[in-house]
Amino acid sequence: MALSGMRGLSVFISDVRNCQNKEQERLRVDKELANIRTKFKHEKGLTPYEKKKYVWKMLYIYMLGYDVDFGHMETVALISAPKYAEKQVGNVGGKEFSESLAPDVQKLLISSSCRPLVRKKAALCLLRLYRKNADVVNVEGWSDRMAQLLDERDIGVLTAVMSLLVSLVANNPDGYWNCVSKCVKIIERLTRSQDIPQEYTYYGIPSPWLQVKTMRVLQYFPSIEDPNIRKSLFEVLQRILMGTDVVKNVNKNNASHAVLFEALSLENMTRMLLVADVQESIKRHQAQIITSLKDPDISIRRRSLDLLYGMCDVTNAKDIVEELLQYLTTADFAIREELALKAAILAEKFAPDLSWYVDVILQLIEKAGDFVSDDIWYRVVQFVTNNEDLQAYAAATARDYLDKPAVHETMVKVAGYLLGEYSHLLARRPGCSPREIFPIIHDKFPNVATSTKALLLSAYIKILMHSQPGDPELQKQVLSVFKKYETYLDAEVQQRAIEYFVLSQKGPSMVDIMAEMPKFPERQSALLKKAEDTDGDAAELSATKLRLQQQTSNAVVVVNQHSANGTSHPAPLSSVSSGTRNIDRGFLEQSQVGPQHNDVPVKAAGMVQSLTADLLGDLLAPLAIEAAPASVAATPTTAILPLEEPPVGPADPLALAVLDGNSSSVQPVGSTSDWFNALCKKDSGVLYEDPFIQIGIKGEWRGPQGRVVIFLGNKHTVALTSVRAIVLPPSHLRMQLPPVPELIPPRAQVQCPLDVLSLHASREVPVLDFSYNNSAVTVGSKLRLPVVMSKFLQPAPISSADFVAIWRSLAGPPNKLQEVVRGVNPMLISEMTELFNMFHICVSPGLDPNPNNIVAATTFFSESGATLCLVRVETDPADRTQLRLTVASTDASTTFELKEYIKEQLVDISSITANPATLGFTGPAAALAGLL
Amino acid sequence: MIHFVLLFSRQGKVRLTKWYSPYSQKERAKVIRELSGVILPRGPKLCNFVEWRGVKVVYKRYASLYFCMCIDSEDNELECLEIIHHYVQILDRYFGNVCELDLIFNFHKAYFILDEVLIAGELQESSKKSVARVIAAQDALVDAAKEQAASLSNIIAQATR
Repeated sequence: MALSGMRGLSVFISDVRNCQNKEQERLRVDKELANIRTKFKHEKGLTPYEKKKYVWKMLYIYMLGYDVDFGHMETVALISAPKYAEKQVGNVGGKEFSESLAPDVQKLLISSSCRPLVRKKAALCLLRLYRKNADVVNVEGWSDRMAQLLDERDIGVLTAVMSLLVSLVANNPDGYWNCVSKCVKIIERLTRSQDIPQEYTYYGIPSPWLQVKTMRVLQYFPSIEDPNIRKSLFEVLQRILMGTDVVKNVNKNNASHAVLFEALSLENMTRMLLVADVQESIKRHQAQIITSLKDPDISIRRRSLDLLYGMCDVTNAKDIVEELLQYLTTADFAIREELALKAAILAEKFAPDLSWYVDVILQLIEKAGDFVSDDIWYRVVQFVTNNEDLQAYAAATARDYLDKPAVHETMVKVAGYLLGEYSHLLARRPGCSPREIFPIIHDKFPNVATSTKALLLSAYIKILMHSQPGDPELQKQVLSVFKKYETYLDAEVQQRAIEYFVLSQKGPSMVDIMAEMPKFPERQSALLKKAEDTDGDAAELSATKLRLQQQTSNAVVVVNQHSANGTSHPAPLSSVSSGTRNIDRGFLEQSQVGPQHNDVPVKAAGMVQSLTADLLGDLLAPLAIEAAPASVAATPTTAILPLEEPPVGPADPLALAVLDGNSSSVQPVGSTSDWFNALCKKDSGVLYEDPFIQIGIKGEWRGPQGRVVIFLGNKHTVALTSVRAIVLPPSHLRMQLPPVPELIPPRAQVQCPLDVLSLHASREVPVLDFSYNNSAVTVGSKLRLPVVMSKFLQPAPISSADFVAIWRSLAGPPNKLQEVVRGVNPMLISEMTELFNMFHICVSPGLDPNPNNIVAATTFFSESGATLCLVRVETDPADRTQLRLTVASTDASTTFELKEYIKEQLVDISSITANPATLGFTGPAAALAGLL
Repeated sequence: MIHFVLLFSRQGKVRLTKWYSPYSQKERAKVIRELSGVILPRGPKLCNFVEWRGVKVVYKRYASLYFCMCIDSEDNELECLEIIHHYVQILDRYFGNVCELDLIFNFHKAYFILDEVLIAGELQESSKKSVARVIAAQDALVDAAKEQAASLSNIIAQATR
């Protein structure tokens, strides 16, 4: 079908087509352009026909990719030409233009008198303008008009309007709630084929495009409150999910699957609110998706990997992860790292039991060691350390892997670490004595990188120290290794070898230093974080995020429960680890206090620090979410920072009861005051727990500032609604709790960071007022938050001369206060010293010549600065229920508050109420005065 | 949304381009060059979707012509594939067994039809009949104008003879 009448154009196109090469084509085009240029310039009286012909030619040339730098005016002139034939071309843009145009377009779109043809163009034109300038629809009541437009019967207009709506909703979902029910009606009408003209069906499917777009809009409204609308949407989805089958006709297939996939992603969003039936229908496709993992096309393989990752849940995790593991060996390189990461995440998220998780990760390392990032094995270590039941199993499994002929380096690292920490748990098993394990690990030593060598050295000393009773043969072997590497080229390996050599000479007294690692604080899986980071694709990012918000990792939940149980049956591990910390602190303080306490060489103290710091640093640095100091270099400050603060004091005698009883029948599973007291002594743990919710707390303190993260975990399978949590701060603290989400999905955890600033000293504590609804009753409680004064104290080691000078300068009240305290919980001087140290009040032994007195110093931090506080306790060895307490500082109120705080800690409140007689005891002041 | 529509032959010759997002002439040339390099070597058994520079390109080959559409990565690619087929069906109906030559010599018609199917990178009309009606009306207008012009020039020619 030739272009009738435009011979010139046809000839030109033919000429261009007949050109043998690019050069000829360029010559022909240049000639034509020159021709057109002269025509436009000289012959003023061009007929409309000629004008049109030349513009077409120019357009053709432009399309071929040549620059056309003239003739634009002629084109525009054509647009305004009186006759339709000349008017066909043209398009303009610009902000001012869109502003002036928008109202007209809106009018066209809304007016019912317009023809559908005009209205659908108006809708898309408005969309185009909206993309350029969002203000065009910022008109009062525009969403009502959109809702009105959705009543349209004409499918063509609806399609165009829906495109506009997708864009509007994407930018402002909240503004268009009134369109939801209309959209559900439309999709209902389409899937039921009600009143759909024949011309709008595509291979028998009622406009698949409109279906897809409508579901796109609905995806922005995952929770629909009206039960009727929800029900009809559910029915529609079910019809699509169940009714889509594979048919012969490719186009029909494509169209129906386009709809199916859109329904699937919508279903994914609404899953939380709908009955679980639908999930079954996706699972019907699981086998198909797994087969697609082997498709020759990489984009299909990627897609099916994504889909498997997305559809995985507790029921099918085992199958899917095993499938992924199997596929890992044959998968191509481009996809392997992602595959490994996703398998690791799924294994962690949905592990039916923990040993299975360890199995999966070790298999993963074995099969694709090169593609297993460090994060994955760090996570295993974290996991095993925090779950005691798992430690022996993990160590045994790791040992089995080492027996295999070719072991990947990452496997050597994991196995080395696990065996170093936990191989003593296996000592009784055949083939697992320290003496047998050491050569298995050391076998790999020559072929690994220096960083792994350093790690293995730590494992050796741990194995050596844990072997009880000591094995001289093993010791000989290990020491010879240390000796050999004392001159190693790499400084890290060399330093470790030397330090460990010296330490192992020290014998059993060093066992504590080599104790197992303390538990890790709970943190978001670094893997999930990584998965978020690597997902470049914006839509998927949001989908992943949504999933993350809905389902927190099982691992975190497990760890949570452990720390909750920790109080009821103290784990040997935690006691050992706190021992480690104390020793570490002891060394530090002694080395700072000076030469009079030099029973341990200062050099050794430094070594212990560097050791602890870099062992922790090694593991913490890459895992930490917060910016934990990553430096391995062992300066005393960085050595201390990653460690948790030491526990603060023994049981608080002042049992602080819950302020307000529960307003309902839901009762906490333990004593809220016990939880509170425990938290005064440590920085993380459970604050409250009942059958539905668990509230955990984790605090970090630095000077006058603190950050408390409150974890609200939904333990139940039903979402908790109307969640409310308000912090009522006392006047001396400045704290702000950001709004807590109203809804906690089932089995999910919400974290609320709370920043605290201490303004001045006070013994009052903030109160957390929280409530939630578990779909049956509203539960609420007021809980004391363990933001006590000792959190803002830091030990202040002080020399004898300084102490005396300051003590003298602060003479008498109000800066120096003295009180005789009665009804004291009887304790030995050493116990009291420990108690003081736990509250960060640093006792300086030997400073007071009287062995029955304690002299201590601490620094209190508030917004206005640091205040040095001195404390003196004089006890009567004959009667331990009374003592004289003197507190001095440069600030009167701090002195008073600290004195009262210490008193509260020392006094057994029950003994006062039980024995009021002790209050009447006379003459203690005289007795104490004699002691001075 | 659809960012652009591209038609090229098996030899890589461009037959139609339509841009719904702003691209400079230089960028356009680059896109065409790169995409034909990516798509042309792909075998017939491979997938119709290519992930390319953060977006997705949906393409389908009809005889010697490749129809490509570029969409956002979160868009539904099957839907887009069927938009291509929808467009081809309309072309087929209009030209009657459409072939590459039809699109070469009547490229402007192909543009007109595309403009009735897509506006602003979104599907405007999913009814083939409705598109056919509009195009027929356009043709009628053009014919009428042409006749008028012809009769006018006849009159002028006769008058000035």
